[in-house]
Amino acid sequence: MDLPDLWFVLISILFIGFFFLEGFDYGVGILLPFLGKDDRERRVIVNTIGPVWDANEVWMITAGGAIFAAFPQWYATLFSGFYLALVLILLALIVRGVAFEFRSKDENPRWRRTWDWAIFFGSAVPALLWGVAFGNLVEGTPIDAQMHFTGNFFDLLSPYTLIAGLAGFCVFLLHGAVFLSLKTDGVIRQRAEALAERLWLVVVVVALALAVANYAYIDIFDEIGVNPGVMPVASAAALLSVGYFLRQKQFGWAFAFTGLTILLSVATFFWFLYPNVMVSSTDEAFNLTVNNAASSQKTLEIMTIVALVFVPIVLIYQGWSYWVFRKRVTVESRLEY
Amino acid sequence: MEALDLARLQFAITTTYHFFFVPLTLGLSILVAIMQTIWYRTGNPVYRQMARFWGKLFVINFAMGVVTGIVQEFQFGMNWSEYSRFMGDIFGAPLAIEALLAFYLESTFIAVWLFGEGRLSKGMHLAAIWLVAIGSNISALWILIANSFMQQPVGYREVLDANGALLKVEMDNFLDVVTNPNVLVQFPHVFASGITTAAFFVLGISAWHLLRKTEHHDFFARSARMATVYGLIGVVLVILVGHLQAQHMVETQPMKMAAAEGLFETEDPASFSLLTIGDWEQREEVFSIRIPRLLSLLAYNRLDGEVKGINDLQAEYQAQYADRYGPDANYRPPIAAIYWSFRAMVGAGFTMLLLAAIGFYLILRDRLTSASRFLKVLPFAIALPYIANTAGWLMTELGRQPWIVFGLQRTEEAVSPNVTTEMVAFSLIAFTLVYGVLMVADVYLLAKFSRRGPAVADEEAFGGATPAAATAR
Repeated sequence: MDLPDLWFVLISILFIGFFFLEGFDYGVGILLPFLGKDDRERRVIVNTIGPVWDANEVWMITAGGAIFAAFPQWYATLFSGFYLALVLILLALIVRGVAFEFRSKDENPRWRRTWDWAIFFGSAVPALLWGVAFGNLVEGTPIDAQMHFTGNFFDLLSPYTLIAGLAGFCVFLLHGAVFLSLKTDGVIRQRAEALAERLWLVVVVVALALAVANYAYIDIFDEIGVNPGVMPVASAAALLSVGYFLRQKQFGWAFAFTGLTILLSVATFFWFLYPNVMVSSTDEAFNLTVNNAASSQKTLEIMTIVALVFVPIVLIYQGWSYWVFRKRVTVESRLEY
Repeated sequence: MEALDLARLQFAITTTYHFFFVPLTLGLSILVAIMQTIWYRTGNPVYRQMARFWGKLFVINFAMGVVTGIVQEFQFGMNWSEYSRFMGDIFGAPLAIEALLAFYLESTFIAVWLFGEGRLSKGMHLAAIWLVAIGSNISALWILIANSFMQQPVGYREVLDANGALLKVEMDNFLDVVTNPNVLVQFPHVFASGITTAAFFVLGISAWHLLRKTEHHDFFARSARMATVYGLIGVVLVILVGHLQAQHMVETQPMKMAAAEGLFETEDPASFSLLTIGDWEQREEVFSIRIPRLLSLLAYNRLDGEVKGINDLQAEYQAQYADRYGPDANYRPPIAAIYWSFRAMVGAGFTMLLLAAIGFYLILRDRLTSASRFLKVLPFAIALPYIANTAGWLMTELGRQPWIVFGLQRTEEAVSPNVTTEMVAFSLIAFTLVYGVLMVADVYLLAKFSRRGPAVADEEAFGGATPAAATAR
């Protein structure tokens, strides 16, 4: 495997890790005002992700850094092209991160309500926009021969990308609801369990819409024909299994399979995208690919060594931190946030 | 204003804002770790209280540093896409390494530390705060390695296009990039400024409590003594390294030094400006009070030696880069801003040295906690490290202009061509508004918890443990 290909795979893995982990963070953040009926309950919900949200978000920052290091042209075109979408995501992430830390540090109910809504919007906006952004990568955006994005913000909003955004949003919601059913107890757990079952049906409908949109709006059909291959089918099967496990009240398995659904969907996305990293709707010849967007061999070699050494270490201690905080959070727990 | 100006303004605002929080994170993480280590080894509960109380203020500040840092990483691609294409092969690597080595470490272990007390052994809990301190400072190291390349490009090779014009730079020697001579002086300077910032932060709040004779006299007396020693070490280090940095700057970026000194004409031996009023249009000084030979002394540790002036450097660069930018290009940075930034930084630095020295003298005389006139100054002195940090970066970054990468790419070549003025204006306004609101909330919380003192830190940590306790409040 050539190094640009390897880095394409590594970046796919970083995004899988990001959407798997931050996916339930977003879901929990969006559900916060609805599943927590009083302040104590809302504190419980925030504290389920309190010890992990920050490290989860680092997956996104690392993915961004990896794109910059391994594919500078991709980084430059993507970040300058999707400018306003990224501004919105950044603003959302800023208020959201501060809100976790600040909300419970003052007793004033208005203060807390304000930060709760900051968490809600701070989670909802990126949960929706990441799907829109990824939809644009495969659908194609106006890019010229100099790799410059020539469109505007509204070019990014098409029926296809909005469906992709909605699909991401709903999957994160489901992922978050199942997470809460595992991490809380009592009434919040009951509410989360009941909601997860209902949400699952919504996700199936939206996923179906996305599958149809894939054939209707983008040229996947030309590329692969009617049979989409193993990965997307497995992704759909994983999603269907979630429904089974929810009905059996096996929430651990349900969480594993919402996670698997996310993993396989993101993997499918990158599978279809390859060897492109950004599709040009202006002319196919202007596509950014793993080769024309990549860094030099030397930089990729250095980054490969660094990644091979440190990614396993990170996985070990981040995994360990989940083990430390494995207990359910309840209204009786000591709450830091 | 055009997109370029707005993009520059946005970078200045978001970076300066980010750097309000970073030095305190760098220095206070270490200080809290030291406090907790003393508790671990002596078992004296006041040090546990200290680690908790100052740790609480630390995490409020830390959160702001984290979220404003995300903007930094995205911004290079958003507003400076041509810079990213030109430099990505070299610049992306330290950024990605920073995330991989430092961000995961900090973010995982700050949570382990904050949420883990009682769930972990005392040793593990102590290790967690040390890992946060190490992670934060590793993060500073890698971002400064990246910044140092912009100040002094090393370890690269040029890639030319078909016409022989410079297209981009590529990594030639990673080890050279990492051990850039510039970062060897820049990192210790930033590291020591972090120590200084944390020391004056702790000192100011402690003095406030000591003056009001709150019930936590012993707690804040110990904190103040510790911070004084910590601050003295920090400020001495920051000044000594700053001196080395200035000498390095004379060699590698003489224009920055000349601007910082308002030195229009080359001098040998060179004088140090106490006050220069310049005619920035005519590029000459109107009025100046100068100390003879002092600049030569600072630059070379001897009483003579040539320090080049702005006008000669301008002529030199015009000749050197004529084939790329024509014979008339301007290579002068914004002189007045750099001149006054330099003075603000050095002035604040030496004021802190004086205060730390007085504080140390008072400790030796065992009079620190009763020296009320001195204590009254200290809460205001919290502003000093912030002034110095901000002015230092303004000088560093403005002094490099018109280059974004010294000698290789000019700032106007680096801006994203497809990002319109309206788009940058929108993001600039949005970031500024949100940052403004968050600053109010941040200062409110810091002031509130500072004022309450340590007992509340304990109550917050263990209080509200049961629903009964929650409703009781």
